[in-house]
Amino acid sequence: MTTRRTLLKAAAIVALMLAAPVSGIPDGPLRAVATFSILGDMVSRIGGEHVAVTTLVGPGGDAHVYRPTPAAARAVSEAQMLVVNGLDFEGWLDRLIQASDFAGIRVVATAGIEPIAVEDDGDEHGHDDDHGEGKSAGEHGDGHDGHDHGAFDPHAWQSLPHAVVYVDNITSALAKADPDNAGTFYRNRAAYVAEIEALDAEIRGVFAELPPGCRTIVTSHDSFRYFGRDYGLTFIAPQGLSTASEASARDVARLIQFIRDQGIRAVFPENVADPRLLERIADETGAAIGGTLYPGALSGPDGPVPTYIDMMRHNARTLAQALSSRGDAK
Amino acid sequence: MWEATVQPFADFGFMRRALLGCVAVSVGATPVGVFLMLRRMSLTGDAMAHAVLPGAAVGYLVAGLSLGAMTIGGLIAGMTVALLAGFVTRVTALREDASLAAFYLISLAAGVLIVSIRGSNVDLMHVLFGTVLALDDAALTLLCSIASLSVLTLAVLFRPLVLECADPEFLRSVSGLSAVTHFTFLALVVLNLVGGFHALGTLMAVGIMILPAAAARFWAAQIGGLIAVAIVVAVISSVSGLLLSYHFSLPSGPAIILVAGLAYGLSLTLGPVGGLAARVVVHRRLEV
Repeated sequence: MTTRRTLLKAAAIVALMLAAPVSGIPDGPLRAVATFSILGDMVSRIGGEHVAVTTLVGPGGDAHVYRPTPAAARAVSEAQMLVVNGLDFEGWLDRLIQASDFAGIRVVATAGIEPIAVEDDGDEHGHDDDHGEGKSAGEHGDGHDGHDHGAFDPHAWQSLPHAVVYVDNITSALAKADPDNAGTFYRNRAAYVAEIEALDAEIRGVFAELPPGCRTIVTSHDSFRYFGRDYGLTFIAPQGLSTASEASARDVARLIQFIRDQGIRAVFPENVADPRLLERIADETGAAIGGTLYPGALSGPDGPVPTYIDMMRHNARTLAQALSSRGDAK
Repeated sequence: MWEATVQPFADFGFMRRALLGCVAVSVGATPVGVFLMLRRMSLTGDAMAHAVLPGAAVGYLVAGLSLGAMTIGGLIAGMTVALLAGFVTRVTALREDASLAAFYLISLAAGVLIVSIRGSNVDLMHVLFGTVLALDDAALTLLCSIASLSVLTLAVLFRPLVLECADPEFLRSVSGLSAVTHFTFLALVVLNLVGGFHALGTLMAVGIMILPAAAARFWAAQIGGLIAVAIVVAVISSVSGLLLSYHFSLPSGPAIILVAGLAYGLSLTLGPVGGLAARVVVHRRLEV
């Protein structure tokens, strides 16, 4: 342990020595580390060629259960900027920062959004894992001390309006770190935000046509609260808030009962959680498997959702298709 | 009473599947656990659980979430470790526990390495190990086949196995079957663990194998009685664990194993064969 820490410190010192002259050269790209693939996509979109982005939890990975590697510690120690989601999404982050002696700028992408509080409302799903850490509303954003998710749902990127906040936070941090290229960053931001807002309007239009009776969706991980709030949909998951909790027989039974009572026709597995449980539920209720949703990780460059915009469009289309086919059948 | 105990199974197919899976494991794995206990190899179950992991992981990385590939991978890894450990025990001075520990650690390290090189951050524990609530037809077929196979094999090998437990030196001196018996038995352990693994999860696979056997030790002295009591304890734990999970919203795997642990605790204190209470009674009688 001591050896590793010493080694990491040595690596950090070497990195600092290397970093000192490099930051003086204006055309060397800014070294940024993003914690997961969606943030990585946003940073590279805004930064363009002026920012070299490293993503810790790569495409298809599950950021809930990520264990940092020495390579990750090295990337963080060499970075000038670290972009994190916040809202206790990256529970492993503090240890990583300590281990790597990170000395750059830390950007919390969710700073300034309206987070959804996670309350125990005795709802269909038993998300009774440890979120009752007594955090008040003002503490979010910079409070990364939780081991698991805190009192707020961290999956805020599932809201396109919030994505604009993400983009603004990243842009202003980049502009501050590299003022010479600030003009480019703000131009990229404007194009990106226009794209996000156009997509938001498009999705709103699609879901506005849906009748109120068929706006409930069953997924395998509770991460679409923000999406549901934006577009008036209800999401229900057999597992709790985090992929770490194991479902109980009661949760599964309630969910099956609910699907039967509501006549829900489609359930959605996701790319990061175990699909088997959902397949069982679909089988038992006669509901169809409605296509794969991507809650918190992009696919690789050859996959169906290589970028954040693609991901949001894919999720919305997949959902709308399943929900409206039910509307037709009714 | 009817509503609390039978209704959940009548209403929900997944509860019936969970029950069938648990009964299959109780019938198949628990007798194997009894023999493990008699041969003082209870911890072998846990060691083999780790040894199986890399094979299953490789199977997953090669073929995705395929029950067949993961089973075959797990079997190969587990059998390799078991055979190598057994071979080293028989030809060198190293005892079985040490050689097994050495090989399972090597196997585990290889598995972690393979998984890390592939660079996937998906929680492999989630993918490799299922939950008892999500048994599909393939998993149920696998569990029931393994249970049947292991009961049949135990029936055929019963006498040499009992002899191995009682006096391995004697068996080795009178019969060439000693090695065959030993390795077939290890194969049964691996098979039951692999089956239990991605169907039920690590905890369930090892827990249902060992805890009922340990509990049965306090109720019966004969091998037949031991096996019967162990199976009954396993089935009762499964049913009550599932019902607790259903009524009190508890994760089902841990609920089942904790009920089995409770059964072990009760047996430990109240069991007539060497239990705490029985010892106190005997002690008093001797004093009088």
